[in-house]
Amino acid sequence: MSAADPADPGAAPRVILVDDHRLFRSGVRAELRELVDVVGEAETVDEAVALIAEARPDVVLLDVHMPDGGGVEVLRRAADAGTSARFLALSVSDAAEDVIAVIRAGARGYVTKSISPAELADAVMRVHEGDAVFSPRLAGFVLDAFAGPAGGATRPAGRAAPAARADADLDTLTPREREVLQLLARGYLYKEIALRLSISAKTVEAHVSAVLRKLQLSNRHELSRWAVERRLVE
Amino acid sequence: MATTTAAAPLRRDPARGKLGGVAAGMADRTGLDPWAVRAGFVIAAIAGGWGIALYLLLWAVIPESEESTGARRFATGRSAVEVGLGSALLLLAALLAARKAGVWWSDAAVWPLILIAGGGALLWRQSLAGTADEPGAPPLADEPDPAVRARRRAAVVSRTGLGVALVIASPLVFLALTGALTAARDVALAAIAVAVALAVIFAPFVTRLVRSLADERASRIREQERAEMAAHLHDSVLQTLALMQQRADNPRQVATLARRQERELRAWLDGQRRGTDVAAPPTLGAALEAVASEVEADHGVPVEVVAVGEGAGLDEHGEALVAAAREAMVNAVKHGGGEAVRVYAEVTPEAVQVFVRDRGPGFDPACVPGDRRGVRESIVGRMARHGGRATVHATPGLGTEIELVLPREGA
Repeated sequence: MSAADPADPGAAPRVILVDDHRLFRSGVRAELRELVDVVGEAETVDEAVALIAEARPDVVLLDVHMPDGGGVEVLRRAADAGTSARFLALSVSDAAEDVIAVIRAGARGYVTKSISPAELADAVMRVHEGDAVFSPRLAGFVLDAFAGPAGGATRPAGRAAPAARADADLDTLTPREREVLQLLARGYLYKEIALRLSISAKTVEAHVSAVLRKLQLSNRHELSRWAVERRLVE
Repeated sequence: MATTTAAAPLRRDPARGKLGGVAAGMADRTGLDPWAVRAGFVIAAIAGGWGIALYLLLWAVIPESEESTGARRFATGRSAVEVGLGSALLLLAALLAARKAGVWWSDAAVWPLILIAGGGALLWRQSLAGTADEPGAPPLADEPDPAVRARRRAAVVSRTGLGVALVIASPLVFLALTGALTAARDVALAAIAVAVALAVIFAPFVTRLVRSLADERASRIREQERAEMAAHLHDSVLQTLALMQQRADNPRQVATLARRQERELRAWLDGQRRGTDVAAPPTLGAALEAVASEVEADHGVPVEVVAVGEGAGLDEHGEALVAAAREAMVNAVKHGGGEAVRVYAEVTPEAVQVFVRDRGPGFDPACVPGDRRGVRESIVGRMARHGGRATVHATPGLGTEIELVLPREGA
């Protein structure tokens, strides 16, 4: 994880693109030109790690699927090098094991490549400001992973989360967090969620960040299983 | 009864007999009391010893009655170990008696013979008793409790092992007692040395052979997987790509084709990963995904489905729910202003919920315009018929969301 730099909200974030498809990079670059400051592109894991160390970007748009370990490997090596950049994972794949693996490796958010340019720019800004970005599908995965009682064995999916146990804070979602995630999965934006639940947008962001933290640190069986499966595939 | 027994041939009846069933068989044949026959044998034995010889002779020549053969013969209620021990002791007694009588041979034969008798009896009892390893217990294969079955199987194996060990030990003891073992040991040592040498020489070949067989198998499996993947890509992705090239002048159609292909490919990859059974009834998520794909193809507006807590396959009510959700999706793509429609489904123990949301201007459900009658009929009405409900949430600025709830049975 990045050593949370207080972001400078005034300036456009400095962004680098990491993706092994040039066509895709140039597309994103064109889409984001007006909204962010794209300071570099990398095509491989090695290039990406070197570029992150050299260009010191605010946000890295990171492809999950690349040769030599993919996004997870970039996250690991960049973290070893002590980067302060924040990572937004971007992928065509929305399979649970891909998503969960990059989030647990330290990405602050996950969006699919079919996202609209405006939404992508919004997601970049959000990650830049230290918030988390959940795609509707990621929200769905999280609800699935945290369904059922905390702890070891897999339960039939869809069990409602029991009242949070004090000792298993990380392994369960609060009812409010579940509500926020459900609305995210239903396609609501943060400000719409705030409106719906009559809370402030900042509170919504706090809930989502709390969920992200749980997602990264929880020992829930479902999460570690997805992470492990991903590593085996690589 | 009397006539039939009289006509019956002479047969031993070990089931009712005390020793080998000779007396019981003879009693059966002659109509005498078995105890009278037995008394005759005993008296003859005491008198000159020929009673025993006669008994043994008769035991050997008279065939056993058919109905007491097989497992019944061994259903004595005694365990195999007892039988083995008993046989060994009997033989020991016989040998001691023979020694006393002056008929004697080398002492070296005594212990081996006893070991063989014990071990052999154990093995015979074990193998002939078959499945009836425990008196009164059902056959091993029918034992319902797996723990008991495992215990009984272990008992059978250990008894058999003990029998084999006894039988093997006896010639070794004999050889050791006669001093022949020293010579045998030299031979054995030589054989072991040769075996070790051969193992050292051939081990690399054998391991290489085994490894190359494993490699070959793995590569065959890979090849098979690759062929399957190629076949699938050919049928789906290449077809779609060809279609897209033909329709390149119609961006909307191209986008629709691409999205449908994407959805199919994802479903396929997902199925590959999870090893999904194709024949199983579709889950709610899969059914909604299929419906979304149809709606998307018909109207050219993307429909995104997120499903949480997939349950079992769909029942009749679940199908109605999917049908209602389809209407809701159609409604949303028509009136949603062209932006992606979001479908969210969640299965909880109490209910199944589906939300269909668009970013259209929203409408007041109280004054549904004429062209939106479909909402009332095919969504609200259908859900009510199946014990559920449908609610329309329309907030200006937040779009329109149709909520479908179906309580689950038994909840």
